Amino acid sequence: MTLRFLLALAALSTAAPALAQTPAGGDSGGGVVRVAKPVTGQQVYEAVCQACHMADAKGGTGAATIPALAANPRLAGAAYPITLVVKGQGAMPSLSGNLDDSQIAAVVTYVRTSFGNHYAKPVTAADVAKIPHPAKSSGH
Amino acid sequence: MELGVRAPTRRQLLSAIAAVGGTAALYQAMTSLGHAAETQFAGPPNLAGARKGASVIVLGAGLAGMLAAHELTRAGYKVQILEYQDRAGGRNWSLRGGDTYTELGGATQKVGFAKGNYLNPGPWRIPHHHRTLLHYCKAFGVALEPFVQFNHNTFIHSSESFGGKPVRFKAAAADFEGNVAELLAKSINEKALDQRVTVEDRERLLEALKGWGMLDKDYRYASNLRSASHRGYDRPPGGGVNGAPIPSALYSLHDVLDPQVWTSMAFFMGHEMQTTMFQPVGGMDMIGKAFAKQVDGLVTYNAKVSKIAQDDKGVAVTYADTQTGKVVTAEADWCVCTIPLGVLNQIETQVTDQMAAAIRAVPYSGQVKIGLEMKRRFWEEDDSIYGGHSFTDQEIGLVSYPNNNFFGDGPAVLLGAFARDMGGYRLAGLTPEQRIEAALRQGSVFHPETYRKEFSNGASVAWSRVPWSLGCCARWTDETRAEHYQTLVAMDRRIVLAGEHASYVGCWMEGALLSSIDAITRLHKRALEA
Repeated sequence: MTLRFLLALAALSTAAPALAQTPAGGDSGGGVVRVAKPVTGQQVYEAVCQACHMADAKGGTGAATIPALAANPRLAGAAYPITLVVKGQGAMPSLSGNLDDSQIAAVVTYVRTSFGNHYAKPVTAADVAKIPHPAKSSGH
Repeated sequence: MELGVRAPTRRQLLSAIAAVGGTAALYQAMTSLGHAAETQFAGPPNLAGARKGASVIVLGAGLAGMLAAHELTRAGYKVQILEYQDRAGGRNWSLRGGDTYTELGGATQKVGFAKGNYLNPGPWRIPHHHRTLLHYCKAFGVALEPFVQFNHNTFIHSSESFGGKPVRFKAAAADFEGNVAELLAKSINEKALDQRVTVEDRERLLEALKGWGMLDKDYRYASNLRSASHRGYDRPPGGGVNGAPIPSALYSLHDVLDPQVWTSMAFFMGHEMQTTMFQPVGGMDMIGKAFAKQVDGLVTYNAKVSKIAQDDKGVAVTYADTQTGKVVTAEADWCVCTIPLGVLNQIETQVTDQMAAAIRAVPYSGQVKIGLEMKRRFWEEDDSIYGGHSFTDQEIGLVSYPNNNFFGDGPAVLLGAFARDMGGYRLAGLTPEQRIEAALRQGSVFHPETYRKEFSNGASVAWSRVPWSLGCCARWTDETRAEHYQTLVAMDRRIVLAGEHASYVGCWMEGALLSSIDAITRLHKRALEA
């Protein structure tokens, strides 16, 4: 019983960092973060994407540019936005550690059918799974 | 000691080793001389003897860029710094009352803090082993004061445990340690560890568990004056008739095992989170301002770089003045580029394909900080909290209390959010007004009676929307380090990169400075060889 408890404790200490979504090294907060899981495409967009791409999906420009997703012809093919979300590009991190394939499928579908985009064919979790996902080693 | 011959001091010896063998040799020597191997800083680079007329363009007036400019000027180079913003310091930055900040997307905040109050949106604490930064703070006259990193009396809040109510850090930590000690003691006494631990060490371990975990004579962790002396009392010791203390009740094991408890405890064990920590008196940007004084007259502000070209003879950097639109090309022999990678990868840069790939390979984190000005220090007056952090599993991540002007009257600014990961994305996606509301709603969990009542005004910085960096810090992984790091830090003909992204002390000012020293040391060597 007691040994089992200690083993459970050891298992917990390896399992929990995944829950904590281990931050990228450097200066960071302590503790764990638990937020309601966004499910629909719109929920995922608002919980994640609009941090950079803005609520109107028009992006922004300063020393460099966060691209607009609104009325963006590069979204015509689904593979491109799926790949960007799964792998990241430039300053944009891979989001496959934060979002599962269903969430990614939902948000890509949402963006491709919103903000002046009219690419109606839904993206599925299977489509997302086809794109190789980067390893999830913690950052540092 | 022989006549006329003085044995070298350890410092002189180390300087000599550094001069002869370089930093790596010094690092080894320090370790073998019994110094804790806690920094790679071997003192300022002391470069000298630049070729007559040799010149360097430094891109970015953050700490890495300004240190490079300062040291290269001392070495004899003609240096020009190009900076996108209208201020120096980069991510070393403080927001004060009267400041205006416009983020990407156009939302503009006018900061309303009272005089003397500030928010440090970027760096805010300095570990005691960040010797490079501490060296230059002293050299440039930046006054430092303690940053209260670890405070036993702050709160831990989990939405899933303790009935959703905040508990004092000391109580949760004491119960975690007490329970672990009791269970381990029990397994020893039930002979479960007889195969693993000698009889003598079993005795020593039992003693330790009793003393460390505050167990009673029967090796039980219980509500009594022993546990209370760690976790706190229902009635603390006093004087006179009712002087006798009354112990407090323990939390349930299940609640205490919420990962929010042990991760909050473990947070302080990390090398870079260990006390003592420091902050500049008056705001973090005192450091940037002190560095800027050293490079006074060298900085061209409002310069948006559009192209970085190089050939065998030199570099040419094209930039536009963001005020007038005028486009200029500046030339020099060498270039130190400290532009954050997420910005640099959008600038036409003449580097090898491998370097371009490295620049593209590193994403940036998107922390959010929110400063809330409160009309009085209720956390001090009502809750006996003087600095430190209360952790929550909500989006805000924590509330951190000011480390200066204790017991002061009048308004004070606390850090109402240091959000990261999914919490960071969520808060960054809100408008500044919505962020304040979220911070008030979530932070109220710690101070339900006072938080909203005492609130005066607030300001927020979402790093993913910072116009000049598009993020907070470079996020390397084992895989990207293996594939790209050495390329990224290597000189690419006449260009060398510097900044926290070109270090293994990522996200810290120390990393920016160590990277800068390493980059200019190699640049200088190359320039003398050329």
